[in-house]
Amino acid sequence: MASDTLTTGTGRTGGSGGPGGPGGSGAPAGRRRPLSPRTGLTALAVVLSVISVLPVLWMLTSSFKTRETVTDGKLIPTDFTFDNFVYVFTEVPFARYLWNSFFISAVITIAALFFHSMAAYALARLRFPGREKLFGAIFATLLVTAPVVLIPLFMVARELGLLDSYAGLIIPAIFNAFGIFLLRQFYLGLPKELEEAAVIDGCGHWRVYWNIVLPMSRPILSALAIFFFLANWNAFVWPLVATSDQDLTVVQLGIASFQTQYTSNWNYILAAATVAALPMLILFFVFQRQIVESIKTSGIK
Amino acid sequence: MSSVAAKERRAAAAPAQAPVSTRGPGLSRRHREWLAAALFLAPDVLGLLVFVAVPMVLSVALSFFQVSGFGSYEWIGLGNYERMMNDPLFWDSMKITGLYVVILVPVLFCVSLGLGLLVKQKLPGMGVYRTALFLPYVISLVVVGVLWKFLLDEQTGAVNRAMRAAGLDGESWLGSPSLALGCVIAVMVWVMMGYYMIIFLSGLQEIPKEYYEAAKLDGAGPWRQFRSVTWPLLRPTSFFVLMMSTVAAITGGLDLIFVLTNGGPANGTSLAIFYIYQQAFGFGEYGYASAMGSFLVLIMVAVSAVIFKFTRGGRFDDGE
Repeated sequence: MASDTLTTGTGRTGGSGGPGGPGGSGAPAGRRRPLSPRTGLTALAVVLSVISVLPVLWMLTSSFKTRETVTDGKLIPTDFTFDNFVYVFTEVPFARYLWNSFFISAVITIAALFFHSMAAYALARLRFPGREKLFGAIFATLLVTAPVVLIPLFMVARELGLLDSYAGLIIPAIFNAFGIFLLRQFYLGLPKELEEAAVIDGCGHWRVYWNIVLPMSRPILSALAIFFFLANWNAFVWPLVATSDQDLTVVQLGIASFQTQYTSNWNYILAAATVAALPMLILFFVFQRQIVESIKTSGIK
Repeated sequence: MSSVAAKERRAAAAPAQAPVSTRGPGLSRRHREWLAAALFLAPDVLGLLVFVAVPMVLSVALSFFQVSGFGSYEWIGLGNYERMMNDPLFWDSMKITGLYVVILVPVLFCVSLGLGLLVKQKLPGMGVYRTALFLPYVISLVVVGVLWKFLLDEQTGAVNRAMRAAGLDGESWLGSPSLALGCVIAVMVWVMMGYYMIIFLSGLQEIPKEYYEAAKLDGAGPWRQFRSVTWPLLRPTSFFVLMMSTVAAITGGLDLIFVLTNGGPANGTSLAIFYIYQQAFGFGEYGYASAMGSFLVLIMVAVSAVIFKFTRGGRFDDGE
């Protein structure tokens, strides 16, 4: 308690305190210079934030520049134009690309949340022989990184007739142990009393899951939903391998091929890139807390 | 708390009063639970089996075959591995991967740890800085590649413009193999630092404040506090970050390479995973690519084991 009162006044952000160096007795926890640590750190944070955001900002503003001024090295466009966006949507079926990405990401997200929460519920709340072993096996699949199994996955999809179809873009992307793992951790922490009462009242496991567990897991489900949607919206390698049909082109593929076609027309390329990035940026600003939460939980074992 | 006792009581009572069960004629409660578990698990287990486990096994199996075109497989034993041993381009790509991992992982680690320590401070406007530093992470690697190709352009890019304005010579960033690899690393750090910053931040927030207060009372300065409190207690988080970023560095980044450098110039950014992709989907060499892929997995497992040993699996209980 005493230490509490001592340090609240002279924390590392506090400006008071004399030059009591390390090991010095007397004024405890004094910083060398009275003001600079806090100001210095703030300045550092501002500079790093600018470095972090400036490239993105540069892309956004450059997409409103003309062909002549897009490389003028200025952040603010001198001659502001919407033509790049009009061009991107009229010359290339960009609306179609966006729809494909949206549709695929949405279906994957919903299906994944549904299946993963079911599996996680069973792994956390039901008792059956080999439960821990099964969880271990599922967890082990986390170690398999997608690019490494890309070739056999392609062959499996080919054998199942999934290439060049929405199903081929969607189904293989649903299954990953990450969601199962996080949901299981969450369900392990839920109080047992509620569902036990329900079971005694004669509820089946489906009703416990659907009426009690799912509503209680809304926060983690929404965090995961954003995370899955983001990952699948940004997916590139699997769509590249699994599709060649123009009608199935997702937005990331669209930009990549747009870039090779319009090599130095940076105004068009950046407008396309902005269109692809904007939904994620908006999602990010609206659901920032959920994204950060899902990442935080993923880092804690 | 009482639920455990309640459960035991019910479990003990169940056999005696089996008929009390209101549902599932003939099925005991235990069997109903098994059946429910099987149904709940079926979609995910089946999916993981077909789209993760089978491909994994297949990946190794394929490496012993010469695969050409549609459905033509010829067993060639270790032929693909022999070819791999004598393929200078593969070994070049492994060298580049090694260099890439050895630079990227420590730099990313230090930058994100630094950022985590920074954004843990209570500074005015901290929410804004956290958001700003995390922002690049939400943008796809394809868009990131496009964007940095624009910024790093030798003639018109903003980076060279800024350098010339500062009286420096511009560089041919993506034009020379070593600079291009450096650019890929720098861009990766820029993208991923926010993600690992958040992970470090949550790790830092779990360290009890009392430890710092005690350290301060003992007269420990910021560096001493970091050495004696933060660093040892952060070990599980550090382990997690090291593992994740190493695996991601060895097998990821395909999207960025595709758009930013396409493996060039002069194969200078042709990471192993890129070379494997080219062999498989560029030349249809599925068998050969699988052999190289299996080798890469082996390397990955070995590196992970070394990290595990080196960081003692992220535990902090044994002596420091």
